[in-house]
Amino acid sequence: MRLSQGAPGARVLAFGGYQPADVVTNDDLAQRIETSDEWIQSRVGIKERRIAGPQESEIDLAVQAGGKALAASGLSSSDIDLVIVASCTLEAQIPNAAGRVAHRLGIEAPGAFDVNAACAGFCYGLAAANDAVRAGSATNVLVVGTEKLSQWVDWDDRTTAVIFADGAGAAVVGPSDTPRIGPVAWGSAGDKSDAIMVKDRNSFLQQEGQTVFRWATTALHPVAKAACERAGVDPAELAAFVPHQANLRIVEAIARKIGADNAVIARDIVLAGNTSAASIPLALSRMIERGEVPSGGLALLLGFGAGLTYASQVIELP
Amino acid sequence: MALTEQEILAGLGKIVNEITGIPANEVTPEKSFVDDLDIDSLSMVEIAVAAQDEFGVEIPDDQLKHLKTVKDVINFIQA
Repeated sequence: MRLSQGAPGARVLAFGGYQPADVVTNDDLAQRIETSDEWIQSRVGIKERRIAGPQESEIDLAVQAGGKALAASGLSSSDIDLVIVASCTLEAQIPNAAGRVAHRLGIEAPGAFDVNAACAGFCYGLAAANDAVRAGSATNVLVVGTEKLSQWVDWDDRTTAVIFADGAGAAVVGPSDTPRIGPVAWGSAGDKSDAIMVKDRNSFLQQEGQTVFRWATTALHPVAKAACERAGVDPAELAAFVPHQANLRIVEAIARKIGADNAVIARDIVLAGNTSAASIPLALSRMIERGEVPSGGLALLLGFGAGLTYASQVIELP
Repeated sequence: MALTEQEILAGLGKIVNEITGIPANEVTPEKSFVDDLDIDSLSMVEIAVAAQDEFGVEIPDDQLKHLKTVKDVINFIQA
């Protein structure tokens, strides 16, 4: 038996992001539930979020973001031979999302699978893409995080309705002569599986806010530091820190603890809300678009969420 | 040796000040965290985590919600 021939390393060629058109402000939410702009901004840091209407599915969002990443990468759909979609909010689990997204983007007969690691999903998908390119299982990979959380949120529950939103983000990963995606540091805490959950197919998403906040602000900075260490990168060298956009207070608490003193901290949650697996590539695509982070700079990604699951890696920015 | 109420109060005042910016001398035993000091549930978690580091006593979330006043926290740490 022969082994496949992989590439010495892999890199992200481009990011793409997409949000639905409908803006929902905090004042809009305050008309329906007992909350206020001040309350939401001080607790979670969100000013507004985007919500997809009934005509726009999580597959549609993924196609938009994936198409943008593909266009920005300079590759054509025929160059992609693996599609990975990270999502925890599919309306239906069968068939998977990756095959449908690939077909809509004109990518013919790629490997296609979904990843459910909730808000950590994009980092898990990116790690799988990196490994596939290095092992020779794939040449170029499209990784998409897409979420339509609005269809799993009880809009009368003020503990979740103010947080979650819809969106998608994507990355194209291809071969590189040198490693430009670092080793992943990942893990899970199944003992806390009740902390964020949808109990059954007729239930809404529920979250134990204090438990998740405590876990996120105490257990995750060592994971981010481990990702830096495994990549041989000093946190002071980082140009960007892009954690999952769960809550601005969590983002800032983790940022303080990792010593990324020269990094731009992603605060995309302010205008995007918490979009789970989409939040990291969505934030990065905008930071790149606005010229906030340098091409070739190092970015530390940290995904974490229901499961509980977490994953972190350093990448070189496209 | 167990810490005195005064020692714990001083430590809590410092922690609350660091996390919320509220002057330490406003943190007195009879004050309610939520009603008097206007501290929210997430800041309470941060205070509990910092108190654990400072005093070596874990305050789990299911206990934390019962601790309304500064005195309640002092009693919990002393117990």
